[in-house]
Amino acid sequence: MAQYALLIYTPTVRETDLNPDELAAHDLHARAITESGAMVAAFALEPADSTATSVRGDAVTDGPFLDAKEVVAGFCIIEAPDLDAALAIARSNPINQQGGGVEVRPVEGGFTADRSATG
Amino acid sequence: MTDPAAVESAVADAHRRGWGIVLAATARLARDLDLAEECVQEAYAAALISWRRDGIPDNPQAWLTTTAKRRAMDAMQRERVLRSKLPLLVEPEETHGEWEDAAVNDPLELAVEDAEDVVPDERLRLIFMCCHPALAQEAQLALTLRLVCGVPTSDIARAFLVPETTMAARMTRAKKKIVTTRIPFRVPRSAELPDRLRGVLGVVHLLFTMGHTAPSGSSLMRSDLVDSSLHLARMLRELMPDEREVRGLLALLLVTDARRATRVDDQGRLLRLEDQDRSRWNPSAIAEAHGLIVDALRAGPPSRYVLQAAIASLYAEAPTFDDTDWAQIVSLYDALLVAWPSPVVALNRTVALAMVAGPATALGEVERLERGGALAEYHYLQAIKADLLQRLDRPVEALRAYEAALALVDNDAEREFLDGRIAALQRDR
Repeated sequence: MAQYALLIYTPTVRETDLNPDELAAHDLHARAITESGAMVAAFALEPADSTATSVRGDAVTDGPFLDAKEVVAGFCIIEAPDLDAALAIARSNPINQQGGGVEVRPVEGGFTADRSATG
Repeated sequence: MTDPAAVESAVADAHRRGWGIVLAATARLARDLDLAEECVQEAYAAALISWRRDGIPDNPQAWLTTTAKRRAMDAMQRERVLRSKLPLLVEPEETHGEWEDAAVNDPLELAVEDAEDVVPDERLRLIFMCCHPALAQEAQLALTLRLVCGVPTSDIARAFLVPETTMAARMTRAKKKIVTTRIPFRVPRSAELPDRLRGVLGVVHLLFTMGHTAPSGSSLMRSDLVDSSLHLARMLRELMPDEREVRGLLALLLVTDARRATRVDDQGRLLRLEDQDRSRWNPSAIAEAHGLIVDALRAGPPSRYVLQAAIASLYAEAPTFDDTDWAQIVSLYDALLVAWPSPVVALNRTVALAMVAGPATALGEVERLERGGALAEYHYLQAIKADLLQRLDRPVEALRAYEAALALVDNDAEREFLDGRIAALQRDR
């Protein structure tokens, strides 16, 4: 088994306007992956456009690094036996039907502290 | 002592036919592409010496596979501590772990293989791994040539018109991605198979097209790419005999390549289909393609490569250019457009349409495609348009279209052909 990070990208213009059905699709999908045992951790982020702050060296700027058409809206860490299995999970992410996409990256290493994000 | 020349030719033959099998089997054991490649190369070098001394074995492939696997095992045992820290190829099946330990710790498996001369054929796994869509297409092409066909990196670099170091770096990067991201050494499950097979066939077809009409450079054909792609298509046909598209692709390559000798004249100038010497086409390749196409058409609804092959075969089987069954070709193009909607197919259809419905109708279609914009960079559109305009006796517009084609073309032989057409047009006026 290996771990992969799935970076979930959404078009900047769509970041804040997912409708309730679309949001529900994400919840359903996350539950399915969790139940399959593949999910290690999953996070949704506040909109990049209004909340991201970038730090590089000494400089602090408003907004995400690149003024790109797409931004990271969330990410999760999954466990999969090989790339094909990871790609299958990435492909089943509802964002693919919502104008966005998923970047699949093998995890080189890392750790998690024992606490969870609260909102 | 066996005759050195006989040994050399036996080794060369085993290289051409067996490289992929030997490498795939060794890669499955070693689970490390570089180590496998090295061991296979050593096995072929060892064959040159050993076969001269002991005679050529009954099953050269089995001998080479056993030798390469032994070398891999030795290396793995020597470097076990070091290697255990390196990521290995994944082969995630039920047998995982079991075969690995058995193969490494128990020489029995190899002994059995020696006795029965059985070479397990792992080439399909290797092909699907090399053509994985997570790899850039150029890397898929290069890895397939290197690992499945055994083409030296320097030759691949020459075929792709890049320096050898660039090609070597490209392949190293691709192999690293295979290992780091865990692209599996496995034939895809049936749910993924149609998609993945399409990718593999696309790679083989692209290698053929690159070889057949080199997109740039001075010679029209790079025959080593053509030979490798035919070799791959035959291999796939042998390994996946029930796949109709595999049959279709092999037929398409065979029938296209049957005209290899006549595509250019003695000076290397491009010849049009109607000007080619049909008596020099390869009748056995055309007949073999015909058989494959008939079988594939009987087996189910027509698919992309089968239809493309059927069209090419109709062109090739006509005794003369004028005897070509144009109406049948147009209707096959109509079916192809349903199976594979593509502007290039629609453009090629206009050539046959001109013969059935006249150049004016065909020109209307070409202009409609031109307005569509998808073929703006495709010099054949302008070349076909020019030819139709010329037949409609509109030389000024024809000249303009030939010049537009000339501006888009990269291949010297094709450029010279267009220059010739332009010169002829200017002469006639």
